Amino acid sequence: MSRLKILTEHIHKPEITGIEGYIKNGGYRAVEKALKKMQPDEVTEEVKKSGLRGRGGAGFPTGMKWSFIFKGSDKPRYLLCNADESEPGTFKDRLLMEKIPHLLVEGMIASSFALGVRTAYIYIRGEYMYILHILQQAIDEAYAKGYLGENILGTSYSLDLHVHPGGGAYICGEETALIESLEGKRGNPRIKPPFPAVEGLWGCPTIVNNVETICKVPFIINEGGEAYAKIGIGASTGTKLISACGNINKPGVYEIELGVPVEEFIYSDEYCGGIKGGKQLKALVPGGSSVPILPNRLITTTAKGEPRLMSYESLADGGFATGSMLGSGGFIVFDEDQCVVRNTWNFSRFYHHESCGQCSPCREGTGWMEKILHRLEHGHGRMEDIDLLWDVQRKIEGNTICPFGDASAWPVAAAIRHFRDEFEWHVLQPQEATRRNYGMGRSAEPIEQVTA
Amino acid sequence: MIETQNITFSPERLAQVQTLLKRYPEGKQKSAILPILHLAQKDFGWISVEVMDYVAGLLDIQHIEVYEVATFYTMFHVHPVGRNVLEVCRTGPCMLVGSDNIVKYLEQKLNIQDGETTPDGMFTIKTVECLGACGYAPMMQVGEKYHEFLTEEKIDQLLEAFRQNATQL
Repeated sequence: MSRLKILTEHIHKPEITGIEGYIKNGGYRAVEKALKKMQPDEVTEEVKKSGLRGRGGAGFPTGMKWSFIFKGSDKPRYLLCNADESEPGTFKDRLLMEKIPHLLVEGMIASSFALGVRTAYIYIRGEYMYILHILQQAIDEAYAKGYLGENILGTSYSLDLHVHPGGGAYICGEETALIESLEGKRGNPRIKPPFPAVEGLWGCPTIVNNVETICKVPFIINEGGEAYAKIGIGASTGTKLISACGNINKPGVYEIELGVPVEEFIYSDEYCGGIKGGKQLKALVPGGSSVPILPNRLITTTAKGEPRLMSYESLADGGFATGSMLGSGGFIVFDEDQCVVRNTWNFSRFYHHESCGQCSPCREGTGWMEKILHRLEHGHGRMEDIDLLWDVQRKIEGNTICPFGDASAWPVAAAIRHFRDEFEWHVLQPQEATRRNYGMGRSAEPIEQVTA
Repeated sequence: MIETQNITFSPERLAQVQTLLKRYPEGKQKSAILPILHLAQKDFGWISVEVMDYVAGLLDIQHIEVYEVATFYTMFHVHPVGRNVLEVCRTGPCMLVGSDNIVKYLEQKLNIQDGETTPDGMFTIKTVECLGACGYAPMMQVGEKYHEFLTEEKIDQLLEAFRQNATQL
């Protein structure tokens, strides 16, 4: 069955990278339409109607975010594209920028027009330097064709668009850290309020949107917000890029209509193609390393026994007790041979490495979690370490300036919640735990139904 | 190892710096610090204190402002490194498909540990956190290039190619 593709329909055409090929395939129509036939607020209105939600991970309604931009001052306004893709498991924005860079440029022009922005930046992670060159080439082409610069397409609207590289700091994906970084400082998140929409880059009203979010805007302008809202399921409108990785047959980036069953996504040949080597599915991290890990029994069905769908609501069904999050769409699949303790230790090391160090609970707590998990994984764990770990993550969550603290705590909490038997086995069988993995454990056992 | 006695950009680089500075409003030239540090690392191999001071001069800001940035962002090598820095991703998704073995193989092959440089100054092994190539793992970055779906054979070929490349210079 062929499915609707909004972002990736033309992505496999080699010509699509250049501006001529992009225009030939219908590109820049949204800029023509918005600048010549629409008022800025009408564009925002369509984005609101579309139900588009931020694709960086938080899923906040984009139209609403735009409507917060402070218009009561004569300060310049800024639009920043967050291309700092660094959430482990996430590699979707990279595909868009590498293969169809003009879609992002077009989205930035149309979105900047809606927001009354005259200078916009794409902040791209420094490791993607080769993609920065691709984007720069696309921007240069857009200037040459009159889609950027003074009086775009003969209208009174002018816009400058620049790319800006980061330096290898995960925290700069947090929007206020990104702003600090763009100002030439360390990526330390700011205390909110004031929110960036009021006081952002250089103290001016600023909107920060993810690459995939911005790339949806041309479709919404061309086809209308209502047409976009008809795609998907419930409040999860439209399509989403899912970057699938781990122990599957077909890792890669897939554009799905939200609402596809998780079971179909993992096992059908159209998507992941099943678990590699015909092994059993042990666990899933559905939305990037920060979201709770799910054990086998909670992946394809919810605790209520309903099919689990690829949508914001269904993946979160059951809250953190039995659900997870769609997050950034970083879909990490674990087979029966993977060790949850080792993986949790790995993620904790990542968060310890990436903590900016501003808030003590995060700066110290991530290090403690890493140490405790290292101990457990390497056969020196004590039974009380598991409760200590639980205690540390609880004291980080909610006690930091930015959501990084939560992001470091959630994977640890979920691993203990669902795989406590595996942690205990590491303590009870330390020698064996260094030689072999625990296997499926209780992760596939049916859930006990608890009625209140 | 590249010597860092003469810390001055070429005229072409200086012109590039001027173009970069125009991207930010007047008085906000500090914003160009990361793009300029990237250029400096390309030219000088690593970011010594002398390089940081030079960048501070270019931007007309305090030296400390460059120090605190250069030491925060992990892409900048604040110690000397080899000609080819093999940055191997070791985060979860890469680990699931064998990045540990890739690091071990490199260490054994080059006879150095993670973080060390070969005596001939040709290679440095540096394990790094997620580079956004999880679906094409295991992987490593060398310079600006991503090398994905790594195997031992592929590593052998790459190391040979880097050596060849060096002898041509």
